[in-house]
Amino acid sequence: MAELAGQAVTAGTASPPCPAGHDPAGLYRSMRLIREFEECALGLVKSGEIVGGIHPYIGEEAVAVGVCAALLPGDLITSTHRGHGHVLAKGSDPAAMLAELCGRATGLNQGRGGSMHAADVSAGILGANAIVGGAAPIAAGAAWAARRAGSDQVIATFFGDGALNQGVLLETMNLAALWSLPVLFVCENNGYATTMATSGAVAGSASGRAAAFGMPSVTVDGMDVLAVLGATTAAVARARAGQGPTLIEAMTYRYGPHHTIEQRIRLSYRSEEEIARWRERDPLDIQGARLPAATRTLIDAEIAEVIAAAREFARSSPEPSPEGALEFLYASGLKGRGGVADG
Amino acid sequence: MAKLSYAKALNRALADELERDQSVCVLGEDVVAGIAQFTLGLAKRFGTDRVIDTPISEQAFTSMATGAALRGMRPVIEFQIPSLLFLVFEQIANQAHKFSLMTGGQVSVPVTYVVPSSGSREGWAGQHSDHPYSLFAHVGVKTIVPATPSDAYGLLVSAIRDDDPVVLFAPALAMGLREDVTSELVPVPIGSARVRRPGSDVTVVAVGHLVSVALDVAEELASEVSIEVFDPRTVYPFDWELLAGSLERTGRLVVIDDSNRSCGLGAEVLATAAEEMHLVAPPRRVGRPDGAVLPFALALDRAIQPGHDQLVAAIRAVMK
Repeated sequence: MAELAGQAVTAGTASPPCPAGHDPAGLYRSMRLIREFEECALGLVKSGEIVGGIHPYIGEEAVAVGVCAALLPGDLITSTHRGHGHVLAKGSDPAAMLAELCGRATGLNQGRGGSMHAADVSAGILGANAIVGGAAPIAAGAAWAARRAGSDQVIATFFGDGALNQGVLLETMNLAALWSLPVLFVCENNGYATTMATSGAVAGSASGRAAAFGMPSVTVDGMDVLAVLGATTAAVARARAGQGPTLIEAMTYRYGPHHTIEQRIRLSYRSEEEIARWRERDPLDIQGARLPAATRTLIDAEIAEVIAAAREFARSSPEPSPEGALEFLYASGLKGRGGVADG
Repeated sequence: MAKLSYAKALNRALADELERDQSVCVLGEDVVAGIAQFTLGLAKRFGTDRVIDTPISEQAFTSMATGAALRGMRPVIEFQIPSLLFLVFEQIANQAHKFSLMTGGQVSVPVTYVVPSSGSREGWAGQHSDHPYSLFAHVGVKTIVPATPSDAYGLLVSAIRDDDPVVLFAPALAMGLREDVTSELVPVPIGSARVRRPGSDVTVVAVGHLVSVALDVAEELASEVSIEVFDPRTVYPFDWELLAGSLERTGRLVVIDDSNRSCGLGAEVLATAAEEMHLVAPPRRVGRPDGAVLPFALALDRAIQPGHDQLVAAIRAVMK
């Protein structure tokens, strides 16, 4: 399926079963939270309340939610530059996350990380990472430490199709397979590395890379949260049982731009027709259709309130004090010299 | 009185920390066999689940150490070749170093990176002979270049116990040094320099293996000029206070270090002294030329390295 870059994966006729212990409405709720959060964040970029920009996750919600639903609260993840969905799906407080995006002292990282570095270690999120493929070895190291400590913790490392061509990811896959580390390599194949179609960038395939290291892999419909959840549940069971890593390739699509700068300059590397085709398979609609209409309406209203409260929290939170700009630079408390000589 | 070699001092410090703290482990290429001497005999003593051979995948295992450190371990990584630090600059400078700040202090990354043969080893040419400690000082990673066996011991112990990433460069040309050890080996604080020879006319800041060169020159010129030999031991954070005190006495400064000239450590020391300290004459630095790539032939290799004759000339120049 990797070669079908930019093309919609054909929907199966039957829904995958919702694994025991999972609430179909909860999965929808989590995806709706991400969607509304991103819409809100886009508004805050436009109004200038989020400086810099963001990489919106809209369209890919089923991947984060399906993967994180298969994890236990004590399990870990690492995330990417397009990471808001992962952070929210793993259980971070949307208000603290939005405050982080707005650079507030109440943010997850106290305003030191922003969109691409959001971390919430208490929720098992070892950080979004702004270097493509950069988090994979960090995840493998955390998995290695967990196994040495006798824990059955599992870690999911998210990355995009662009990372398939980063050497460090392949080095990490080799080591994780060699040492049977409890890592889930989650490839969010949205068809494009920024503007470059996977067909122009990837020789072979994601699953072929996994096979080269003797690692099992599965390619799933990343627009269907139940398909992602089912595949991840099996991979988590393998990892927890000490049987090593799995690669999960989720075929998905971002409905929006690579980042908000692209939105302003209006590039045309994808056809309107292609985007429309993927929009017909909106992950929220696929899961929403499995719920009573009234349930969906109720959840939508509830999430709208959660996001409105998060926006209010972020807006009313204080900005960090400039004197503390380099606070936390050294865990040991070392203070470097300032940019100019004293006196 | 026991003679302690520089290589043995590093090995003993690592063994003592492995013994003291179960969260310490060593990762690297050929560390079980101990080909770089640093880990010699340690796999047998501590087991191959604490002294761990990795495949030749420097970028992956360097960041794996970061991930393990985030979960409570204190990994030590060995790089057999200094130029490998260029390969893992992203993993150290852009990942490990930035995690504490970027997460708002949620985590620390206590990883120690050791190069047990940095700089020229004579005859190993362009890609095995770099000495990039200024690069790490520049990005703000704690950086240590011990000059003596007892400092190598004490600084490595401190590096492993430190909560931040630390790079330790053990100059190849110092690895064979031996020292009479008369007292117990103790930790040496990171960021504390040492005056190795007091003097009153000129302060010579010398780094790593060049401390021995500076001491030889000081002895040789003793009848002509009184030279204070200042060994920073840690190049970042630098012990500016001790240097200011030294220059208060001498007012003259020469730096000899194995960095390239542009933006090297010598440039930083001269700039800081000019801005903030007592100088009665223009300072000088002795280092590698701009953009140096060490050529293979021995005469060419040595022509690039800072050394005795240049130091003598620089001292005489600042004394004019």
